[in-house]
Amino acid sequence: MDVLLSLYGGILIALEPINLGLAIVGVIVGLFVGAMPGLGSVNGVAILLPFTFIIQSFTGGATSPMIFLASIYYGAMYGGAISSITLGIPGASTAVATTFDGRPMALAGKAHVALVAAAIASFIGGTFSNVMFTAFAPALASVALSFGDPEVFALMLLAFATFVGLGGDDIPKTIFSICVGLVLATVGFDIISGEPRLIFFDITGFSHGIRFLVLAIGVYGIGEMLWTINTSRYGTTMTKVDVSFASIFEAIKEFRFAWRGTMIGSAMGFFVGILPAAGATPGSLMSYGVAKLTSKDPDKFGKGEINGIAAPEAANNSASTGAMLPMMTLGIPGSPTTAVLLAGMVIWGLQPGPLLFTNQPDFVWPLIGSFYIANVIAVLVNLAFIPVFLWMLRMPFTILSPMIFILSLVGTYAAYLDMFDVSLMVIVGFAAFFLRILDYPVAPAVLAIVLGPIAEPKLRQSLLFSDGDFSIFFTRPIAGPITVVALILIFLPLLKFIKDKLKKPA
Amino acid sequence: MRRAELITAIILGILSLALMWKAGEAPSWNPDIARFDNIGMIDGEGPGSGFWPFWLSFAMFGSCVWICINWVRGTSAPSQSEEPFLDEYGQRTLITVGGGLIGFLLVIYVLGFYGAIPLFLIYYMRFLGRHSWFATACVAGGMTVFCFFFFDIAMRIVLPKGVLEPLFIPLYDIFL
Repeated sequence: MDVLLSLYGGILIALEPINLGLAIVGVIVGLFVGAMPGLGSVNGVAILLPFTFIIQSFTGGATSPMIFLASIYYGAMYGGAISSITLGIPGASTAVATTFDGRPMALAGKAHVALVAAAIASFIGGTFSNVMFTAFAPALASVALSFGDPEVFALMLLAFATFVGLGGDDIPKTIFSICVGLVLATVGFDIISGEPRLIFFDITGFSHGIRFLVLAIGVYGIGEMLWTINTSRYGTTMTKVDVSFASIFEAIKEFRFAWRGTMIGSAMGFFVGILPAAGATPGSLMSYGVAKLTSKDPDKFGKGEINGIAAPEAANNSASTGAMLPMMTLGIPGSPTTAVLLAGMVIWGLQPGPLLFTNQPDFVWPLIGSFYIANVIAVLVNLAFIPVFLWMLRMPFTILSPMIFILSLVGTYAAYLDMFDVSLMVIVGFAAFFLRILDYPVAPAVLAIVLGPIAEPKLRQSLLFSDGDFSIFFTRPIAGPITVVALILIFLPLLKFIKDKLKKPA
Repeated sequence: MRRAELITAIILGILSLALMWKAGEAPSWNPDIARFDNIGMIDGEGPGSGFWPFWLSFAMFGSCVWICINWVRGTSAPSQSEEPFLDEYGQRTLITVGGGLIGFLLVIYVLGFYGAIPLFLIYYMRFLGRHSWFATACVAGGMTVFCFFFFDIAMRIVLPKGVLEPLFIPLYDIFL
C-alpha cells in the first residue's frame, strides 16, 4: 500500500507542468535519436547530459533533469523500430531484431502494420516492466541497505565479471576495456591519502581527474559518430508508409495476432535487462529467438511475422526499465545508458544506491512515476507523428553529424568551462574509434569509469578493515557467494577452453 | 587488420607498462617514500594510493599479452582478417571528417566557438555534403546565432571567442 501511495505521489509530481514538458521533449528527442541510424539512447543521453545542468539550475533539483534523460532513454527504445522497418537499418542496436520481420513486412506493403505493432508492443513491454520495477525496487533496496563495503565491492566485481563471462566479446579485450576505464577513473588526487596519481606530464588539467562526461561524450559523441560514418556508406531506400487514419486503425486491429510475442518480449526483456552485461540488445535478440522457437509456425519468422516484431520491441522497452533496477537500488548500472544516467545522478549531487529510496524519496518516486508517464507519451507521440519521423529520417547525415560534433564540443565546454576537457574529449573520441574498429568493446570501459570511483574506496576500506586479508570477500554471508559467482564468471571462458581441449583428443 | 591488431596490442601494452611506472610514483613532497612503495599494503593504512591503478595496469598489460598470443594463434577475428584496417573510404573519412574535427578544435582556440562553428559547418555541409550555399548559410548562420543566444545570453555560459572577442562587446551591451 505504501508503494502505491508513493507511486501516486510520484506520478502527481511527474505530471507537474515542468516535468511533463521535459518528459515530452525528452521522448521526442529520444524518438529522434533512436530512429536515426547510428545514434542510440546512449548517444542521446551522453551528448545531452551537460545540458541537464541548465535544467537543474532552473528547477533546483535532480528530479527534472533525470526525468528528461530517462524520457530520452524511453523514447529511443520506441524510435529504433522506425528506421528498422522503413529503411531496413536498425536505428539502434536494440532494434536489430526488429529488422528481421519488420523490413520484410514493410516490403510487402504493410509498413504501417509493422510500425503500429512495434509501438503497441513497446508500450505493453514498458508498462509490464514499470509494474515489475515498482514491485521489486523498494524491496531490493531495503535488502541492499544491509550491504557493507565488501558486499558493494563484490557486487561491482560481479558486474564486471558478467561482461567477461557472458558479454560475448573478445575476452582479453573486454578485460582491457574494464581495466582502462577503472585506471582512467583514478587520475587526479587519491581521495583517501590525498596523493596525486597519474597526472601525466604534470598537466594541471589532469589534477581534477578525467571527468566522466569527457569520456562519455568522447566515446559516444565523437568515436561512435566517426565509426557510423565509416560503416554506413551505402545508400538506402525508404519504404512508403500508408499513414491514413483507416490504415492505422486496421493495423491496431491486426495487433491481436501479436500477443504471444509481446508477452515473451515483456517478460524476457525485463529479466535480461537487469543483468549488468546484457541490457536491451541481447534482451530483444533473445526474445526474438524464443518467440520463434516456441512458435507453431517458426518458418513464418523472417518473412514478416508480426510476433517477430512485437517480441523484440516489447523486450527492448522492458529491458530499458529492467536495467534501471540495479542502477537505482544497488548503484550498479545494467547498461551503458544507465551508466551515463548514474554518472548524471552523481554529478547532480545524489548518491546512487539503496539509500536513495530512504533518503531521496522525493527524487525516486517522481522518477518512477515519470516512467509510466513517458511510456504513455512515447506511444502517443510515436503513433501520432509517424509522418514527421519519416520526414526527419530523410535528413542527410552530412547535416546531422556536424551538428552532433558541435553539440559534443559545446556541451563539454559548457559543463566545466575548460578547453582542456574539450581537447581531451576529442582525443578520447579518436581513440575509441580506432579501438572500435579492432573489436575492443567500449561499453565495459564506460561502466568502469562510472563504477571506478565507487569500487576503489570500497575495496580499500574493506582491506583496511580486514588488515589486508582478501578472505573478507569470501567469508561474509552475502559478499562470499557474490564473489564466488563473480570468480566463476571470470574463469568461465577458461573452463570452457579446458573443456574443449579435453574433448578434442577423444 | 592483422598487422593493426598486433601493433595496437603492443602499443597498448607499452602504455600499460608506462601506467604501472606512473602509478608507482611517490608524492614529490615525501622523499622518504620510494617508487612502488605505494602499490602494496601500508601498515595501518591499508592499500597504498598506487595499489589500485598499478594492479589494474598490470592486468591491462596481461590482457595485451593475451591479445598477442591470440594473434599468434589466429583466434581473434581481426587476427584472421585479410581486410585493411581502414580501406580507401575509411582513410578518406578519417582525413576529411576527422581532420575537419581537429581543424574545428584548433580554430576554436583562435577564433572561438562563434568563429569556428560557421567555418566547420561550411566545410562539412558545402564541401563534404555538397549542399547548396543557401542551405549551408542557413544552417551555419542559424546554429551560430542559436548557440550565442542560448549559451551566452540566456544561460550566461560564456563560450570562448578568441580574437573575435571585441566584436561581441556591442552585442553584450544590447542584450545583457
